[in-house]
Amino acid sequence: MRQFAGFGTARQTNQRFHFLLAKGQTGLSTAFDLPTLMGMDSDDPRARGEVGRLGVAVDTIDDIHDLYAGIDLHQVSVSMTINAPAIVILAFFLADARERGLDWKRLRGTIQNDILKEFHAQNEFVFPPEPSVRLVIDVIEFCTKYVPQWNTVSISGYHIREAGATAVQELAFTLADGFHYVEKSLERGLDIDEFAPRLSFFFNAHNDLFEEVAKYRAARVLWARAMRERYGAKNANSWKLRFHAQTAGCTLQAQQPEVNLIRVAYQALAAVLGGCQSLHTNSLDETLSLPTERAATLALRTQQVLAYETGVTNTVDPLGGSYYVEALTRQLQREAEEYFHRIEEMGGVLAGIENGFFRREIAESAYAYQREVEARRKIIVGVNAFIEPEQHPIEILRLDPAIETEQIERLRRIKAQRDNEEVRRHLDAIRRAAERGENLMPALIEAAGARVSVGEAMQALADVFGRYERPPTW
Amino acid sequence: MSLVAMNVPPPGKLKNQIRRIVLAKVGLDGHDRGIKVVARALRDAGFEVIYPGLWLSPESVVRVVAEEDAGWLGISILSGAHLVLVPRVLELLRQQGLTHVRVVVGGTIPEEDVPALLACGVAKVFGPGSALADIVQYFQSECDHERN
Repeated sequence: MRQFAGFGTARQTNQRFHFLLAKGQTGLSTAFDLPTLMGMDSDDPRARGEVGRLGVAVDTIDDIHDLYAGIDLHQVSVSMTINAPAIVILAFFLADARERGLDWKRLRGTIQNDILKEFHAQNEFVFPPEPSVRLVIDVIEFCTKYVPQWNTVSISGYHIREAGATAVQELAFTLADGFHYVEKSLERGLDIDEFAPRLSFFFNAHNDLFEEVAKYRAARVLWARAMRERYGAKNANSWKLRFHAQTAGCTLQAQQPEVNLIRVAYQALAAVLGGCQSLHTNSLDETLSLPTERAATLALRTQQVLAYETGVTNTVDPLGGSYYVEALTRQLQREAEEYFHRIEEMGGVLAGIENGFFRREIAESAYAYQREVEARRKIIVGVNAFIEPEQHPIEILRLDPAIETEQIERLRRIKAQRDNEEVRRHLDAIRRAAERGENLMPALIEAAGARVSVGEAMQALADVFGRYERPPTW
Repeated sequence: MSLVAMNVPPPGKLKNQIRRIVLAKVGLDGHDRGIKVVARALRDAGFEVIYPGLWLSPESVVRVVAEEDAGWLGISILSGAHLVLVPRVLELLRQQGLTHVRVVVGGTIPEEDVPALLACGVAKVFGPGSALADIVQYFQSECDHERN
């Protein structure tokens, strides 16, 4: 049970973490605000109005320190949803862990660190695809050696699905991304059985229950086969596809929002029947704002009822052997394999990003889905059927606009108090390591201790890698 | 150079302008599923749609509207920053003399924020759950109305 949380300053999010742990949650999952996800500091003019809004604002190691204050990181595992600046945030986290006297070898957690799906769907990329992937591999390489219990990438289909993809597209594009990371890690000279066990996955839990279960099952088969046969993995842990699931945010409706509780419960059931290792259940109010404490509690309770009352967690793969689920699983496998061939033929995942293949496929599916809804061929309760004439507004979470000023003030204080000469030296070291193709983690960890900010570290990398721009596809 | 003078539409141009819509993601959020679906629906309904892509600042969105000589601006925001970013766009449109451009906002806009957006000059807000058909119909009837 791992509910995604984050808003405002690090201190505020830390309070929500303590609240969730007190309510029986077993792991933490961190949401960062948009400026942080885009590798910008809170005082960047482009960050105006967005600081601390969709997640927690992190500028320096001091924010990371406050974020996990009072939490025993040897006991509680921590997940961080961040991609373009993943390597920078992880460096801050490891530097802080060192300052706190923690043993890196005992840290457990996950950094999403999946840049490829950002290009397909989620749109929070900074550098061009190639250097972006290099940073992902730097994290894999570093953690394999020094932070062995850390999940180095959470290869994500979630956002691909949210952007409008079908189940098979989610499955195929996610695994294709996974294969790309494996191949790049092998090119780096890493041993498959050393890094592969720490790759994890993140899938969507959408409405069609049996199709979702089949999707997870197909993913496990396809991954295990590729790892064993194509990449020669011998360790059974390398074959295993472990995944986190989140219920589909895009299925939540603003109309009759209480009905979302029921949708979420069925989607969560699909994820559990499909064998997810961890789960996030969305809150009923998320079409309108971040969840209130009440809505967040109900979402967590939904999982607790599933886990402790229904008995569905007692069996592994309980739908295995069902003629329908088995047939669906085989069908999804076949269709995913067709996509693998197409991607290979066009020259691989990076070629598909450059020529807009993934984005076009996803946009087509999104439009087709919307037309189904508009034509009422697909029924959505409360939206195109069973409509209530009167809407009962629900309570929503309001954020204090003072958060932005507070965060900017804090950053200014840190920038004024630190040794700026030392900061310059660290930024030069980052640029040098980037140019020479060295693993960037050591330079970033050292820079973190000198209070180099996220925006500064990312700018130093952009000086070498450039920033990625592309024409819109729709 | 007077931008105000530059952007006063000469007579006759107006008719084209009315059916030209700039759709824009303002701010940092990358949620572009909705805007891309709306762009296609409006294009299929015969509108001329310009979608300049992600991460536009209020300044750059206004620049695009001026350059494209559009009659409409549709802004999509799913980050919750609408009460900061939308008023800023409208202020810049006014400063540039683009008061004839009508602004529509879509995204995760809570009902209680709608009055504030309308008060600062937004023509219409399409919150979560808006039907594509309603959006298209809105533009169609507004354009017919303006033409008459």
